[in-house]
Amino acid sequence: MRIEGVSKLFGAFQAVRDVNLTVGKGEIFALLGGSGCGKTTLLRMLAGFEEPSAGRIFLDGQDMTGVPPWERPVHMMFQSYALFPHMSVEKNVAYGLKHEKMTKAEREERVRGMLDLVQLTQFAHRKPHQISGGQRQRVALARALARQPKLLLLDEPLAALDKKLREQTQFELMSIQERTGVTFIVVTHDQEEAMTLADRIAVMDKGEVRQSGTPTEIYEYPNSRFVAGFIGSITSFDGRVTAVEGDLSRVDVPGLGTEIVARSVAGAPSGQEVTVALRPEKVTLTREKPEGPNAIAGEIKDIAYFGKDSLYRVTLPSGGLIAVHGVNAKRAEAGRPDWYDKVWLSFDPAAAILLTE
Amino acid sequence: MRRRPIFLISVLCFGFAFFYIPILSMIVYSFNGSRLATVWGGFSTKWYVSLFSNKQVGAALFLSLKIALISATMATILGTMAGIALARFRRFKGRLFFSGMVTAPLIMPDVITGISSLMLFILMAEWIGWPSTRGFTTITLAHITFSMVYVTTIVQSRLISAERDIEEAAMDLGSKPWQVLWDITLPVIFPAILSGWLLAFTISLDEVVITSFTTGPGNTTLPLLIWSKVKLGVTPDINALATLIVLVVGIGVVIAGWLMNRAEKQRDRDARLAYRANE
Amino acid sequence: MAAGRHSRLSDWFNRRGWSDIIISAPYIWLLLFFLLPFLIVIAMSVATRTPSAPPFGYGGDNPALNFAGYARFFEDELYLRALVTSIINAFVAMILCLLIGYPMALGLTRMQRNWRNILLMLIILPFWTSFLLRVYAWMGMMGKSSWFNRLLTDLWNMVTPEGWAMSSIPMMHSNFAVVLVMVYTYLPFMILPLYANLERLDPTLDEAAMDLGTRPFGVFWDVTLPQSIPGIIAGGLLVFIPASGELVIPTLVGDAGSPMIGRVISDEFSSSRDWPMASSIAVALLLLMVVPTMIYSHFQTKAEHKPENRP
Repeated sequence: MRIEGVSKLFGAFQAVRDVNLTVGKGEIFALLGGSGCGKTTLLRMLAGFEEPSAGRIFLDGQDMTGVPPWERPVHMMFQSYALFPHMSVEKNVAYGLKHEKMTKAEREERVRGMLDLVQLTQFAHRKPHQISGGQRQRVALARALARQPKLLLLDEPLAALDKKLREQTQFELMSIQERTGVTFIVVTHDQEEAMTLADRIAVMDKGEVRQSGTPTEIYEYPNSRFVAGFIGSITSFDGRVTAVEGDLSRVDVPGLGTEIVARSVAGAPSGQEVTVALRPEKVTLTREKPEGPNAIAGEIKDIAYFGKDSLYRVTLPSGGLIAVHGVNAKRAEAGRPDWYDKVWLSFDPAAAILLTE
Repeated sequence: MRRRPIFLISVLCFGFAFFYIPILSMIVYSFNGSRLATVWGGFSTKWYVSLFSNKQVGAALFLSLKIALISATMATILGTMAGIALARFRRFKGRLFFSGMVTAPLIMPDVITGISSLMLFILMAEWIGWPSTRGFTTITLAHITFSMVYVTTIVQSRLISAERDIEEAAMDLGSKPWQVLWDITLPVIFPAILSGWLLAFTISLDEVVITSFTTGPGNTTLPLLIWSKVKLGVTPDINALATLIVLVVGIGVVIAGWLMNRAEKQRDRDARLAYRANE
Repeated sequence: MAAGRHSRLSDWFNRRGWSDIIISAPYIWLLLFFLLPFLIVIAMSVATRTPSAPPFGYGGDNPALNFAGYARFFEDELYLRALVTSIINAFVAMILCLLIGYPMALGLTRMQRNWRNILLMLIILPFWTSFLLRVYAWMGMMGKSSWFNRLLTDLWNMVTPEGWAMSSIPMMHSNFAVVLVMVYTYLPFMILPLYANLERLDPTLDEAAMDLGTRPFGVFWDVTLPQSIPGIIAGGLLVFIPASGELVIPTLVGDAGSPMIGRVISDEFSSSRDWPMASSIAVALLLLMVVPTMIYSHFQTKAEHKPENRP
């Protein structure tokens, strides 16, 4: 599946701007972004409900321009599930098959297989309003998969489920995808959902793809302040590169009150203004001053105790705040940092992210 | 990917032509100079002149308005009571029977309502001597009866969809149940009561079959006057009367639509201001 | 003492008097002015016609219960024919209203919101003008020398062979005229419930069906139509029930030779002064109407109790 320079205008409003993406066969690909970022519009163009204002969409090398939704080998799982209320679960799943050339027995066999796959065989004769939200979600999935699409589009597939069910369903979705081998494109606003589900993610903002890559690439090597801030949490500081020494750069960060050492990035020569982004879990908190570079003194202002870990908010000499994660490895650990304790913060040069845009 | 629904739009156009061409034709022919109502004989306003100089029309209009005003008001009071009874009092003796009596007049053919009311009034006069003559009183009684059930339907459905917690809140704050009804419920459903009144008023103003059975000598409402003329065929002064009625209703609906639109815009503006004040 | 009575009265009012008043006022009114006349009709249907005033009698020289009215209803062809004419006219009017009203209602849901409100208002507007005048408007249109009749006559003469030429089309005083005017006056009753039903349908269901390979017309057939059945039934009965008992339209534009049942009742009552006969026909007509009404209320309660319709 290839998207080439696709844009969409609604009147004067540019919903999608020059998107280029390639999605491989059998991949789970996530379109991630806040509301109104254009991800749903992009999905609707893939399904054929909207025509792109510019650009082309190719599926298996075939140009999809002008192909109506009912002729595309692409199926969609709607956010509201859009189950037909007047048909039973079984009829819903069988609905798409009435356009396939197959015998009655084959059709029944396929429907049985799909209901098996989503474990709904015993609910085959119920109407959609007689089953739970999670079951409805699985009916919608089975219905979209029944025609064996080349590409399955999932619009916020887990948004309508509660938290516990969501986690369980995530893994079910992944295993069903593995078994069927169908390419999934998932639209979501939930970064955790995207990270767990997807092989690759495209982060969208204001109609544009800001970065695409594997979850690790996007998390560890964001290419912009927007992506860094959207995926996970960061504390960022303004800085200026003072020297580039091969792999490592020296950066003067007034907010941290010191000069730090960080891994060099392209496009950041000496003298370049940069943003230094630190993720809370990449910073270590100690009572004694640690060896090595990047050691900063601070005082604990706030502790949020989550049980398995805690989030500390530490006041820096410059008056700024930084968030630091600490894992609570031992029970009732003696000497765990407490309110107003003076502490030292340190981080690996490779952990600091330098961003130029 | 939305295609223009050409078929649907053409049926809509056909439908609106079907609705309005007869009315337009009637309006055009009201300015016809010829006596023969269907042959064009030049532009003239003489039918309007003859309409306005006809004392019968004025008297009939006055009687119709008087009946509509009184019967709509009575029907609203009784109909609202019935609506409250059905929506708020879950159980009382004969509730099912009562709700049947509220629905039945809606599907009763006018002819049957007409003859049954007439027989009732004749027999009442026979047995208890009242009503001694038929006319204003009997028409009004019949109109109240069949229009109150429309009010009940509107009020009842509004009450069922209304939230109960404000009523419970008022009770919690020390109001007696009837005070809750008076202070909270009635003001909340007032728009429904008003539209019930309007519906009762228009139904009464338009009613001809039941009226023709329950009226007595010398009591001609406007629909009865039109009815007696129209039975004899097409006459040009009825065209003029129809044009005036369409004009009055049209202006009324446009003004009502404009007022509602303005109120809605004002609400939107207030909501936006309130929202901004919160930020 | 006076204070005591006052407090007892207000006690009674606060406790249950207020609700007793609210229930009993409309209750008594309907018993007196709806149920009592209805019972009179039933009683009258088994009375005997006499030349007295009022023109009926029980007992004495007359049989206590006289079923002659019902017997005549089934014996004299006129009455059954009138009943069948009524049912056919009302049914044809209902089907035509559905055929015109359904696409109109569906078309309305496809319009932009502000256009929709204006068009809805235009559908309701004729309804607020006089019913009689709407019938009258068609009397003017259908008359032999009217522009509409002449237009249709010219069209007819243009498309038909020489020998079929007509000087005018005899539209007035026919069942055709009755059905046409019924469609005209009752069409809003079909459009409004259908529109209310269709407007609530979820458009993503249409998209889901298209996504699963169905063409737009198939989407209508598979998704829209089955879900609009409650609207079709409501609209159909709102047209059929009043149309079958209609009096004004058949009197003004109908064929006196094959009258509808409403006109027969009215004629028996007023012209022939045969109250028992008129009452017998009325009871028969009411029995006929019980069936569609029960269908209607059955679907109504079913719609209300569907879980998906609950808020």
